[in-house]
Amino acid sequence: MSEVEDSLSAPHRLAYTYKRSLGPVLGQFFTGLRDGRILGVRRADGTVMVPPKEYDPDTGEAIDEMVELADTGEVVSWAWVHEPRPSQPLDQAFAYALIRLDGADTPLLHAVDAGDESSMQTGMRVRARWSDEPVGAITDIACFEPVA
Amino acid sequence: MRDVAVVAFTQSPSVRCEANRNETEILIPVIHEIKQQTGLATEDIGFICSGSSDYLAGQSFAFVAGLDAIGAWPPVSESHVEMDGAWALYEAWVKLQIEDADVALVYGFGKPSMGDLPRTMALQLDPYSVMPLWPDAVSMAALQARSCLEAGVISEREMAQVAVRDRANALNNPFAQVKGEFDVDALLAEPMLVSPLRKHDCSPISDGACAMVIAAGDRARELCERPAWIRGFEHILEPQDLGVRDLTRSRSTEIAAEKAGAHSDKIDVAEVYAPFTHQSILLERALGLGDAAVVNPSGGALAANPLMAAGLTRVGEASRRVWEGQADRAVAHATSGPCLQQNLVVVLEGN
Repeated sequence: MSEVEDSLSAPHRLAYTYKRSLGPVLGQFFTGLRDGRILGVRRADGTVMVPPKEYDPDTGEAIDEMVELADTGEVVSWAWVHEPRPSQPLDQAFAYALIRLDGADTPLLHAVDAGDESSMQTGMRVRARWSDEPVGAITDIACFEPVA
Repeated sequence: MRDVAVVAFTQSPSVRCEANRNETEILIPVIHEIKQQTGLATEDIGFICSGSSDYLAGQSFAFVAGLDAIGAWPPVSESHVEMDGAWALYEAWVKLQIEDADVALVYGFGKPSMGDLPRTMALQLDPYSVMPLWPDAVSMAALQARSCLEAGVISEREMAQVAVRDRANALNNPFAQVKGEFDVDALLAEPMLVSPLRKHDCSPISDGACAMVIAAGDRARELCERPAWIRGFEHILEPQDLGVRDLTRSRSTEIAAEKAGAHSDKIDVAEVYAPFTHQSILLERALGLGDAAVVNPSGGALAANPLMAAGLTRVGEASRRVWEGQADRAVAHATSGPCLQQNLVVVLEGN
């Protein structure tokens, strides 16, 4: 028998090795984030949804009218994470929150850097903290922070 | 509709970590037992369908290894869903409805202890706009729980009462993992895990497997003295994005229950797959359960949550109450996706 160190070995790396187009609607959304703008999409009933989708979730019809939104909004629900896991948006305790941006009708899921749970409440105002190195991803918004 | 019934069900004990057995090894005794119980050989089974997740195993096509529990010979007609076994049951039921088979074996298995499950669950979310933020399953559920609490549709006390009920029911379930007599006030004095959820609001992480046999018509009567006839079966999907859903009710369960005919007569027993206490309350309402219905006599998912098997287990536990004569009419529910995104309802009857 040969020694273990003589064995053949190969690295095993789990990865998604494809490139995929985001399509006309999400493509605009992520390009907008790279440029520091948040775009929603107008639905058939006139309401504005963000993140946008190519098709109306209720009716299934194609929608593509993009609407620029403010980077401020209101917390409609939140969950306080005492001990963040690896890869989560912040290293210290933070809130995941559903945030209804000004100009939108449905909330967006993101993180709020509030420092302490007692600083969080439903209805509070927050503003996006932008990443210094935007790449066209949801993480171009580093997180949201309370507006005094 | 062809008369199709659940005639047998077996399960492994649910444990926090099956340190010495892989998924297939957990499954083998469960399959062996159901074959013994029914006297069925592999060649007697017209169709086999399984539910499991490659994401839990950490490699693609991991489910193929599960077939080792069936054996390499004779050849079988087989399928798989990357979903809870309850959806594998749906596929098998359709297969029997179109008269492609008379007897089907369904199984579900999962070993979530191999990874950080709440984190792994983030991989089921929108891959572009949500998943890169890595919201874990407990945080997602907590967002829903707060929406319900602040809308006034549930209270923290009601949530704790669900945990107390299910853990006490589980005392009679040898396969359950979390069981015992607990006090609501004592549970409410516990610290928050992910606010507003405490530990008792969350199902345990469980490794486990289960298997079921369904059969049509006379074949069902041969295999079971009092078969649990499937009288209604429906599953409905809501959008994945939490922002466009009403999180304070389970609309898809309401529709599935209506279409499955759950409301057409009284329900004696309900087995509800609620991974979180507040979800149990929403689901019980959506199913329209009356006060007479016994909910989760097995302890439900709050007592044991073998991922990919826990939904099928609800159907098995509800069927058992029909076989044993404790229920003339039972309803079983399974869920999938974040915050009750997709829901399945089965109505089972003794006659």
